This record gives sequence, structure tokens and C-alpha cells, in this order.
Amino acid sequence: MYEPVIGLEVHVQLQTQSKIFCSCSTRFGDPPNTNVCPVCLGLPGALPVLNREAVTMAMKAALALNCAVNPRSRFARKNYFYPDLPKGYQISQYDEPLAEHGWLEIEANGARKRVGITRVHLEEDAGKSLHEGFPDSETKSYIDLNRSGVPLIEIVSEPDLRSPEEAYDYLTRLKTIMLYLEVSDCNMEEGSLRCDANVSVRPSGAANFGVKTEVKNLNSFKFLQKALTYEIERQTRILESGGAIQQETRLWDSREQKTFGMRSKEFAHDYRYFPEPDLLPLEISASWKEEVARSLPELPDARRERLVREYQLPLTDADQLASSRPLADFFEATARASKEPKLAANWILSELLYVLKEAGREITQSPVSPERLAELLRLISEGKLSGRMGKDVLGEMFRTGKPASAVMAESQLEQITDPEKIAAVIREIVAANPKQVEQYRKGKTATLGWFVGQVMKATRGQANPQVVQETLKKELG
Amino acid sequence: MPDWTELTINELQSLLTSRQVSAEEVTRAHLERIASKDSEIRAYLTVAEERALEQARAVDRRLAAGEPLGPLGGVPVAVKDVILIRGLANTCASKMLENFIAPYSATAVERMEQAGAIILGKTNCDEFAMGSSTENSGFYPTHNPHDLSRVPGGSSGGSAAAVAARLATVALGSDTGGSIRQPAAFCGVVGMMGTYGRVSRYGLVAFASSLDHIGPFGRSVRDVARLLGVIAGRDPRDSTSADVPVENYEAALGRPVTGFKIGVPEEYFKGLNPEIGDNIQKGLHLFGRLGCEIVPIRLPHTEYAIACYYIICTAEASSNLARYDGVRYGLRAPNPAGLRDLYKQTRHQGFGPEVKRRIMLGTYVLSSGYYDAYYLKAQQVRALITRDFVEAFDEVDAIVTPTSPIPPFKLGERLNDPLQMYLADIYTVTASLAGIPGISIPCGTTRGHPPLPVGMQILARHFDEARLLQLAEAFEREGGFHIHP
Repeated sequence: MYEPVIGLEVHVQLQTQSKIFCSCSTRFGDPPNTNVCPVCLGLPGALPVLNREAVTMAMKAALALNCAVNPRSRFARKNYFYPDLPKGYQISQYDEPLAEHGWLEIEANGARKRVGITRVHLEEDAGKSLHEGFPDSETKSYIDLNRSGVPLIEIVSEPDLRSPEEAYDYLTRLKTIMLYLEVSDCNMEEGSLRCDANVSVRPSGAANFGVKTEVKNLNSFKFLQKALTYEIERQTRILESGGAIQQETRLWDSREQKTFGMRSKEFAHDYRYFPEPDLLPLEISASWKEEVARSLPELPDARRERLVREYQLPLTDADQLASSRPLADFFEATARASKEPKLAANWILSELLYVLKEAGREITQSPVSPERLAELLRLISEGKLSGRMGKDVLGEMFRTGKPASAVMAESQLEQITDPEKIAAVIREIVAANPKQVEQYRKGKTATLGWFVGQVMKATRGQANPQVVQETLKKELG
Repeated sequence: MPDWTELTINELQSLLTSRQVSAEEVTRAHLERIASKDSEIRAYLTVAEERALEQARAVDRRLAAGEPLGPLGGVPVAVKDVILIRGLANTCASKMLENFIAPYSATAVERMEQAGAIILGKTNCDEFAMGSSTENSGFYPTHNPHDLSRVPGGSSGGSAAAVAARLATVALGSDTGGSIRQPAAFCGVVGMMGTYGRVSRYGLVAFASSLDHIGPFGRSVRDVARLLGVIAGRDPRDSTSADVPVENYEAALGRPVTGFKIGVPEEYFKGLNPEIGDNIQKGLHLFGRLGCEIVPIRLPHTEYAIACYYIICTAEASSNLARYDGVRYGLRAPNPAGLRDLYKQTRHQGFGPEVKRRIMLGTYVLSSGYYDAYYLKAQQVRALITRDFVEAFDEVDAIVTPTSPIPPFKLGERLNDPLQMYLADIYTVTASLAGIPGISIPCGTTRGHPPLPVGMQILARHFDEARLLQLAEAFEREGGFHIHP
């Protein structure tokens, strides 16, 4: 039996207004090469000046991942040639990173598990090479340097992950934390969250690590899991057949569903790191660090615990709600306004998320506000609406943007609870169905359900089912 | 008619303000002299005639409107071709950037233009400022105005020669290991490198970032003080520029230097050309006459300076010059067989032998497995050399040395011996490594025919430029520039 050993290197784009070493905009999707200046174009004579906001955001991330922020860190040049790297080197951090020695808690086999964070460091992004989509793409590549100089943090984990599922959970939680901190939009499609994995396998229980490969191009959570599964199987097969793993960089090909070794010559880089002479060492005062620490929001784990404690929610509901800061915010606002936290959790997690998903919207784009949802929930808890009717009303609220009361008034959807009104309907049905009445009276009590259905149908679902049952029993004798 | 190209800044400006001459006339006089003289000296790579005349006319309009002249108002300036001026070619004397037009101006250039300077053009240098003779220019060598068969020094040889030959009143150069001070010595003019961080490097094409400086050339200490005062000071676009107030350098000039202690390091007088040694000794006597106390000192790590300097500067250069890859600007080799070939051919065709040599050395010393033995060790030695100076300045106010151990040599004489060329940088690289300011001033000539200029270097504490200029000006006033052999 072989056991996988996985470590992740995650790049997170920071959502600063301007780039890390110049004042160009970081906006995504602008026409190519419009957000550029001498600095991020790497023109001769231009010099970098560090963006303080990028440091603040990086520090937030580092502190949220329980890292120690170094009072002094340094930028270093990582030298390599690539067409979208305009200076011929990337300004990164090397032997003196911003922060080190952190951890992140994940869920593994139903238990909590701490995954070590080796380091968090700041660096600049490179530009983008465009190999497709132009009439002469066969013979030419194009370069867009809008992304050149966008701030990134690299978060390197310890090789503490033991399965693709753990890796998936780690990345999910990491992303959630970044979103909570509002330091990145973590949009994998736009490249603001990128993940590489170091993978090896070893005989279960072995003390030493096996030879690892680095798997790149993991551009979605799905690919991460698939690529890891594939790579673990590949390595296991090789070892089981007596072979040896070659240390190399491999690319995940989502079309082939395989990892492929990159020609090692092309990637046998000696980056010739040395301290960046154009920037002073990055000094972080205790007061700056404290200020950032104070500005941290409540993080997902703490929030989940609080949701359980404060609203008596089941852990699974709390976990789901806390997985997104706007979702948890929406829940809390609804719970406060309705005084019905459990109902709120149920309705948000099942009904609201369902209609949002159908409409392709995020919770932040919900046409039904927490206050409106709370009103609906109050109507339900007061018995003015049945759960079933509530769903219809919510659908209508979602579509029209109107409050629950207006929707109900328009479609006369208010629940009928008056036993007299219900009795009148029942009498009609009883009179029209003598056969079924006879069956019931002969002891076939299951027929009661049929009668309930008829009443609900006749009242278009507006009758209170409990009152219907009780009245039916009386009327049928 | 007087020769407007002979004047100092103050002389020129008093004639301008009294309207005895217009800035346009002064500029034309310089352009005419360039046209007649520079075919043999070859100090300039680009002469920006129209642009200069336009700037001159703007100065004349301001004068006519009764506006103040500005500290460099109407002063014709030459700029080394590694310092960017928006709209002008910036070649770094390299085939690699032959077609590169600067899209922005260096901070130092902006400040000079703000002060009213008239920029005549861009001057020749060793390719990417790498060399000590201007023979490494990718286009043509510059000749020493004192003897056209000899080099003007380098790498800022064009700027030094332009000022010496009166093809500009003052000039900007860059100094990484002596590239202002040594050509100033060879051409018999004043050249100064401020403290590291005193002048913004923004817009100076990087050779070795931790050692690069922009600095002034002039025919008088006062002119150099004026130009330095204009370009010095904190620049938010250069993180390494110092947030230290700029002193009024000219205010320090003329004050007595009595009682100043001048250190003379014995290490700087070994293996020295004897005529240069004699002149410097005479110069020291002159300081003695001025009331300075001459004190022998030691700078014990001097012997490691050349090795240390050439490891650090080549390491940084190998990285700084990586951007010249044929992808975005500058030379692109035609018909490459793929990306690697594009890089290879472009850099093969674009760079000259000295630049290639330094890129290779620098790449080597940064390679994994060698980094600790070379780059890291060199940084440790650099700290020791700096400490030598800091300790020496506990005892003395300034240090006087020869600028170069040799007088200007013949073109081609040393071209095939790069190591000899490197070793001759010994007196200038130490101050570069320590980050302290240094100035080279004329200190007489050699005895030969024609007599060749000898340069004296004065060094001072970090940010003590005012005292350096004060001593240099006292020496100049006492006739030290014209010490007789």
C-alpha cells in the first residue's frame, strides 16, 4: 500500500487598485497593453516602488493563516527568460519571506487536521502570452502586459496533505479565508487563484518522502482533484512495477485527463536569486502589524463556532453558511430580522440557494433581501402560509422583487385557517364523493389522505393542512 | 566677440541677465563648436540641435518677460547616453538600443530642464557604461581632447571630453566604479559622484543598481556644485534615493579649510605612475599650505576591492541586462529559428565583447553552488571596505588619493587586456562599494608632450558633499588645478 504526500503552492492575486511596483491599474479584462507604464513594461531606467496596500493585504492573509510576520523581509530577483516577463526577472521574495510558520485547519476523515503553512511571500505577476485567437496565431504569439506587476502572494504548504480530498478541502478553505479577508476575488478562471501541487507517494508508514513531481496547470478545483488522483495512481503504478519516479514538472492536460512531463531541459532553471538592489528591505513595524491584525474580520472557523453557539444551528448548517462571508452575513441578517434562525438557515440553504443557482446568481445579487425573506419566514411561522405556499411565494418574490405580503395579496395566497371556511369546502367534496365516504366509514382510514388532497386542490393549497385533517375527521364522522 | 563656450555658469548667466548675449546665441556657439570640433573628438552620439535651440528660445522668452533665470537657466548641458531624455534616442552606446527612443525622462533630466538647462545632446560612453576608456562604445571611440591619440577615460568619456573641449558647459555622467571620476581625471575636468542615494537613479539605464550614480562634470568646482544641487534630493520614484536634505553646496564654497584633517591612505600609493604620485604629493602640500593637516591612514581591505567590485557589478549587470531580449524593444535578430534562437541571436548581435564578458561573469557568480563563494562573500568584503572608510572618517574629514594610477593611454593600447583595465579602477571602486561621495579634480599634468591631465580624488563621509566641494574649490582657488610638474 502506498500513501500519497501532497503539498500545495497557491498563488493568490491581491485585489489592490494599483500594481505592486507602479501605479498602473490592476483591472482585469481591459484592452491588451493599456494598463502599462515604464516600470511594468520593464523599460530601461525604470525602478520599482513598493505598494504599501499590497503589503497590508499580504499581511492580512499571513496573519489569518496563523503565520509569524517577519519584522524584516527582502525582495529578491528570480532570473529567467520568458517573453511575458519584461525585465528578464521576477521580483519575488526568496530567503527572507514576508511571513512563515503558519497553519490552516482542514477536515480529514471527519476530524480536524492542521496543515502547516511554510511561508507566505509577496511577488509580482508576469504578463500573459496569447497563443490563440489571432488570425496569425499559427506563426505568432502575442503578449499582454496588463497583468505584469499585479501583486501576488504565494502560499506554500507543508507536505501535510494525504489525499486529493484533503488537498481539495485545503484549497477550498484557503479560498474561503481569502474571500473573508477581501484580499482577492479568488477567481480561478481569471487566474486570480492558481495552484501547483508537489506530489509523491511512499509505502504506508514509511518515514521518508518519496521522489516528488510538481504538477502544474491546475486551473479548477475539479482539475486539482483529478490531476492528483491521476498522478498518485501513476506514481504508485511505477513503484509497484519496480520503477523509479523521476523528479520533474508535469502539466495536467484536462482534455487527455493525464499529466505530462515537460521537457526537463526547458524547465531546468537556475533562477540565480539575489537580493533586489532597487528596493530597500521591507521593514514591518510592530504597530503596522498590530493595526493589520486588528482589522482582520471574523474568520470562517470562528464564525461557524459562533453560528452554532449563538443560533443553535446544527454544525453542518453552520459550516455551510460560514463557507461564504456574504452567505453568513445574509443568514445573520435574516435570523435577526425574523427571530427564526433555524427556519432562516433551512430556507436559505435549501430554497434560496436553489433559486439563486437556477438564476445563476450569487447571494450578493439576491433580489430577495434578508429583511424580505424574514417577513416571509414570519408569515410561515405564524401559520399564515404553509411551507409549500411559501416556496411559491418566494419564487414570485424572487421573480418580481415584491415583498411577500404583496405577492400573497395579488394571488390571494393567504392560508385558510378558518375551520368554517374549510368545513364548507369539505362538505361539497363529501357530497360529491359518496363512494369514498363509504370506504372511509368502513374502516379504510387511508382514504383520509385522498380527501386531504382533494381539499388542498380545491383551495389551491391555501388551506391549513392541520385544520383540514381535523375538520375532515369531524365531517366524515 | 567673446567665446561663449569658455564661460562658467555664473559668467554666462550674468551676461544673459544683462542681455549681453541671448541663450540662443550661446547655444548656437556650442552647436557650431560641436560641428567643427566633434568630428575629431566624437564626444556626442546625438546632437539635439532643434530641441536645444527651442529650449534656448524659451529661456530668452522668459528673460524677456522678466522671469528669473533658474539655477541652470541658459546653461548648455551634455547628457551621457545612458540617461533617458524623452523623445531622444537612448542607445547606451550599444547596437542593442540603436533604435530605442526614450519615452520618458530621467528625474535628473527633468530637474535640470526645470532649472532652465539647455540640453545639447547625448554623449558617447562605453557600452552600457562598462569600461574605462569609451573604446567599448558600439559606435565609435571618443578621443581625449588633450591628445587625440589617447582615450578620454570611461565610461563617461563622451561627457568628460565634451566639457573639456568646451562642447558643453557642464555634463551629466554616470559612475558605477569610477566612470565619472576617472574620465574627469583623464580629460582634466571636475567630475563628482555623490553619496549613493543622493541623486535619483530613475531614468538611468541600470548597469549595477547598488553602485550606479548619476553625477556632474564641469570645468570648475562651482559649476559642479551648481549642477549637483539641482539634480540631488529625494525622488519618490527611486526607493533607494535618500530622504536627506540637500545642503546649499555653493554656500560652502570659499569658506576656509583651515584645520581640516586630510587622510592619505598608504595603500593608494603603491604601484602608481611616479609622475602622478609626484603631482598628488604636490597637491597635498598645497592643502598643507591651506592649513589642512595631512594624516597618514590605512584602508586595509583595499587589495580586495577590485575582486569584490567585479563580482557584485557583473552579478547585477547580468540581471539588469536580461531585458534586452529582442521581444519588446531594441534590436531583434531577424529570422530566428524559435524563441531560444531569438534570444541567442539578438544578444549575440546586440552586445559587444565587454558586455558579454560581464554578463557571463555575473551569471557565473550567481549560479547555484557558486553564490555563497562569490556573491555572498563579495557582499561581506564590501561591508569590510565600508567599515574601513567609516573608521578612517573617525580620524579625518576627507581622504585624498590619485584618481587613477595611470595617465590617459593610447587608443587600442589596453583593449586586449581586460584584466589590466579592471585593475586600473582600484582607486575609484572602493568609494563606490562604500557608497561615499567622491570628486576628481585636475591636479596638474604629466611632463610629456603634450602634457596629460592628472586627477586627484577627494573622498568624504556619507552625505558630506558640501565639505568635499569646499575642499575642492579651495584647492582650485589656490591654483591646484595647474600644478606644475
